[in-house]
Amino acid sequence: MSLEWMAWTLPTATFFVVIALLLLGMTIWELRTPSVARKGFLPIDTTRGDRFFIGLLGSAYINLAWLGLTGLSPWFSLLISVVFLVAVIRYG
Amino acid sequence: MEKTPNNKAWLLVIPVFVIVAFSAIIPLMTVVNYSVQDIFGPGERYFVGVEWFKETLSDRRLHDALWRQFLFSGLVLLIEIPLGVMIALAMPKRGWGVSVSLVLLALPLLIPWNVIGTIWIIFTRPDIGLFGVAINGLGIDFDHTASPLDAWVTVMLMEVWHWTPLVVLLAYAGLQAIPEAYFQAARIDGASAWATFRYIQLPKMRGVLTIAVLLRFMDSFLIYAEPFVLTGGGPGNSTTFLSIHLVKLAVGQFDLGPAAAFSIIYFLIVLLFSWMFYQALQRVGTGEK
Repeated sequence: MSLEWMAWTLPTATFFVVIALLLLGMTIWELRTPSVARKGFLPIDTTRGDRFFIGLLGSAYINLAWLGLTGLSPWFSLLISVVFLVAVIRYG
Repeated sequence: MEKTPNNKAWLLVIPVFVIVAFSAIIPLMTVVNYSVQDIFGPGERYFVGVEWFKETLSDRRLHDALWRQFLFSGLVLLIEIPLGVMIALAMPKRGWGVSVSLVLLALPLLIPWNVIGTIWIIFTRPDIGLFGVAINGLGIDFDHTASPLDAWVTVMLMEVWHWTPLVVLLAYAGLQAIPEAYFQAARIDGASAWATFRYIQLPKMRGVLTIAVLLRFMDSFLIYAEPFVLTGGGPGNSTTFLSIHLVKLAVGQFDLGPAAAFSIIYFLIVLLFSWMFYQALQRVGTGEK
């Protein structure tokens, strides 16, 4: 089956592989030590999966805001969003 | 936490995973791939990085369409949810009236979306349409092809007529599921009709209203066929909602890269708002903030 119609590029393939690995990792983590809803700096009770979702969605918005509001390299926003994702999962 | 006793249930979920993968995830991945490339044709494409995102985020027409879309979805929720609940409360609880009202209410939901647009074009025409002739006969100059306000009024009327029944059906199902004992207790306490609604019916309808709000927000935010058939996005761009703008970009101009970047932003907005509504409605009446 040719995947030419999907127009793959190395950056997008890397992006999806990383997301898939993160999901796989979260699943294994959840199976090993099931998470319990708790409250961190976010205003709502969250499980680990909730925080992961919030982290990913927030990261997408951080990158969009960076592109829309600044003219700087998107590598900075990627770095900020990784820090944000880790912070939300750990302390959110 | 106890271990799930039978994990075979996961096998039953596999078909759904496969269907969703083909109908949603693979197309979404393709859109992400398109969004970082300039595509001229099969096999002729160039990587442009985040260029289309930058262009899309500063596109004036997109900003206008986005505000229009928020206004539209906001009005839809503000009108359809209270109206749907009110109609559900007024509906008969038993007897032949139940079937009659349910069938009448379900009728607009059975009509194909593009036919809805055509019905309303004819219905509101100032020369032959029942509504158009009647309202012009009252001395109000009404023409949805010429005036942006009239176009909005027509689109909103059409949308409310088409989709309020869904809210009514959901709210009615929620109301019917409340055990009679609650109402007996309310009567013993001498609760007013408002108190019964506020402290019994409304909290008990939370689940169905969550679904109603989510469905109506997502559907209205993604609306395409009805306004496209009715107004084509006009007059001018006054009823050009996000999806109409997107289709113009992707199919009309064949700008696949910018259209893909636009689609991803569109998707993220729907995802964020649906999640926020879900979170908010899960907490209504539970004492949490």
